[in-house]
Amino acid sequence: MNFSDEFSPFHLDVLKEIANIGAGHAATSLSKLLDNKIDMCVPSVKLAGFNEVMELAGGAETEVVSVMFRLEGDAPGLMFFILSPQQADQFVTRMTGRKSYGQNLNGRDEIGESALRELGNIVVGSYLSALSDLTHVEVQLSVPFLTIDMAGAILSSALVELACDSDRALVIETSLVETGPANSSIDGCFFFLPDADSSAILLKSLGVLGSR
Amino acid sequence: MNNIAEVVKVGIADLNIVKREGVLRTSGLGSCVGVVLYEPNSKFAGMVHIMLPDSSLGKQGVINPRKYADTAVDELVNLLVQYGARKSRLRAKIAGGAQMFQFSKANDMMRIGPRNVKAVKKKLCQHKIPIYSEDVGGTNGRTIEFHPDTGQLHIRTVNKGESVI
Repeated sequence: MNFSDEFSPFHLDVLKEIANIGAGHAATSLSKLLDNKIDMCVPSVKLAGFNEVMELAGGAETEVVSVMFRLEGDAPGLMFFILSPQQADQFVTRMTGRKSYGQNLNGRDEIGESALRELGNIVVGSYLSALSDLTHVEVQLSVPFLTIDMAGAILSSALVELACDSDRALVIETSLVETGPANSSIDGCFFFLPDADSSAILLKSLGVLGSR
Repeated sequence: MNNIAEVVKVGIADLNIVKREGVLRTSGLGSCVGVVLYEPNSKFAGMVHIMLPDSSLGKQGVINPRKYADTAVDELVNLLVQYGARKSRLRAKIAGGAQMFQFSKANDMMRIGPRNVKAVKKKLCQHKIPIYSEDVGGTNGRTIEFHPDTGQLHIRTVNKGESVI
């Protein structure tokens, strides 16, 4: 199967709601971790061409910090938690109490990298366990892959498997925003890219696949 | 990069050609490979941004030939010849094919960068087009820009600055 079995607006709404619930749980986890209030934005669900996927991530050439997971199990796919380098820096500074991680961002700072992987584990883990509870679809997470590079280089390399089947990807995007002064708050963005068959499996599990 | 030449963008799994003025540019090459074919002193140049090594990997009924190394290089060569380039004078410069994720387990799909590079080289060899310079492999993303008037390929990375090949 591929994405050509177009989704109806109703299906996209259901997927949006799944993202809403997943990100809601992730927001709670992040809120506990940072001990601050976290807001979330309305999710967007879109069937996008590969070039459009890069635009959604802020542009192919934009430097980002990405924690990627491969999802295995009933509904395989990819999940990214993406931050800007400045925000990743803020996060590491707050978690480790050290200063000016920014200069070392690309210089293999092990503690900083470990903190970012753990951040990914916590937020993506809560997102997916909520999704799994809701749909009774079992998914397992791979270990986190941390990459600091151009958004296009990261996403296009992760999309190779999907690219064998399709020229488009279903992008389920949600952002988390910490309340507080703009220059010190931490915003992150989830990119959930289910494999071609997986979105149908999620819809089926909720009993809405046939509905329009 | 100071002249105000028009920048012609090449998207993922796409190709483009410039005939006189203009530079060719593609952003965010990871495991993908950017292939530039040009005829020296003619300002003829084309660029393709391929994602996968071989069109036999495609599971779709209708494939996009610009996505795969084998079909994309063929198409680019044919197009340039159609526009009046002489195949025997064509030269190639290639960049990309990085490994963006460090997996411990060997997985074919995740080693796609080196496979893409190999497939491109094989195809160029079949067409007897020499590779004048290359910047491939590694673990960094690249943005490349080709200037047909000088024949220079500018490469920008996040961690390792800029270079010209």
